[in-house]
Amino acid sequence: MLTTRRLGKRYGEKRVLRKIDLDLPRGGFLVVTGPNGSGKTTLLRICAGLAQPTEGKIERAATRAQVGYLGHEPLVYRELTALENLELYGRLYRLPERRERIGMLLERFGLWEARHERVVSYSRGMTQRLALCRLLLHEPELLVLDEPYSALDEAGAELLDAQLSELSGERTFLLSTHDPARVDPLASDRLALAV
Amino acid sequence: MSYVRDVGALARKDLLLELRARDTLPAMLLFVAAVFVVFHFALPGTPSRLETSGLLWVAILFTALLGLGRAFVPEREQRTFDGLVLAPCDRSAIWLAKSLATLAFLAAAEVVALPLYALFFHRVGGATVAAVFLADLGICGVGTFLGAMAVATRARDLLLPLLFLPLAMPIVVGAVGASVVDSPGRYLGFLALYDLLFAVVCWASFEYVVAE
Repeated sequence: MLTTRRLGKRYGEKRVLRKIDLDLPRGGFLVVTGPNGSGKTTLLRICAGLAQPTEGKIERAATRAQVGYLGHEPLVYRELTALENLELYGRLYRLPERRERIGMLLERFGLWEARHERVVSYSRGMTQRLALCRLLLHEPELLVLDEPYSALDEAGAELLDAQLSELSGERTFLLSTHDPARVDPLASDRLALAV
Repeated sequence: MSYVRDVGALARKDLLLELRARDTLPAMLLFVAAVFVVFHFALPGTPSRLETSGLLWVAILFTALLGLGRAFVPEREQRTFDGLVLAPCDRSAIWLAKSLATLAFLAAAEVVALPLYALFFHRVGGATVAAVFLADLGICGVGTFLGAMAVATRARDLLLPLLFLPLAMPIVVGAVGASVVDSPGRYLGFLALYDLLFAVVCWASFEYVVAE
């Protein structure tokens, strides 16, 4: 699903990623760890197609529509409601049964009651749950998750655990975390980056 | 057809955001009204039609610049550009939708600006209205494109006017010309050609602007 060879990234003189070789097969679950500044986010952004490497090459067997990305930001509009945000993405991804899918995800992540409230009124944890709804909305083949547990409370984290368990094996995951023990049972491979 | 639906969904989102946040349009309306009031009191005697036409276009251009400067603020502040760029729609739909939303705000500001101009200075003729329409298309298309370029930089507030104003010069030339001559056809044609040329350039190259 994803292969990189001698992948590197520089911002001007600063090298943030050096010679990364990855082979992530379909259905694989790669956990990326490393201290702050080791290039986890840069690697994940390159793998999601949001950034271009300056060295090496990357091959991704997933189209843009098949990639789901969860970064440090929820990628939702604060002045829109949860429903409006998901409707927007649902239209852009041309989901055939958009309303049903959105309703199911909002129910699953405990946001159905708050679906007509603007995101600006959400707590950080609720916003992160909405970000997970957005991530899963179009049922991506390749899921790129950058520290997905960072803003979740325990209930939210358990929901995410359940979702990852359900989808692991079926979908391909690339996940960065500071708490690798949490996803260790699901991991098929591990990559530790150094500063 | 799906392209039109994407543009519709994105433009609707921009209009909804403005309706909720009211960040841009009130500022544009206040600015354009204030500019005409200032011009009215600052200009001695009765200025000529040529002079006031120039003032009209200065006011429209800087009012548009206010709107353009805020066009990508939600995407910048809430980092939602990544979400839009990852979506499988043609990326030029983002530019077109944003241009249409900015055009709507500018048109709303002009609904106030033109009567004020008529009140303080001269009657607004059909040629001026046609010039305003054609100029708005060019201003919003080019300005949105440059706004997307500027938003990725640290000096975004400085960069947008520096990039936009030189490229808007032909619009001012064509629009002032159409407002003051007896046969404005040539100037309106020039504005239409400018719109067409830059629309094609912006549409075709927006993909590269939003790529990292």
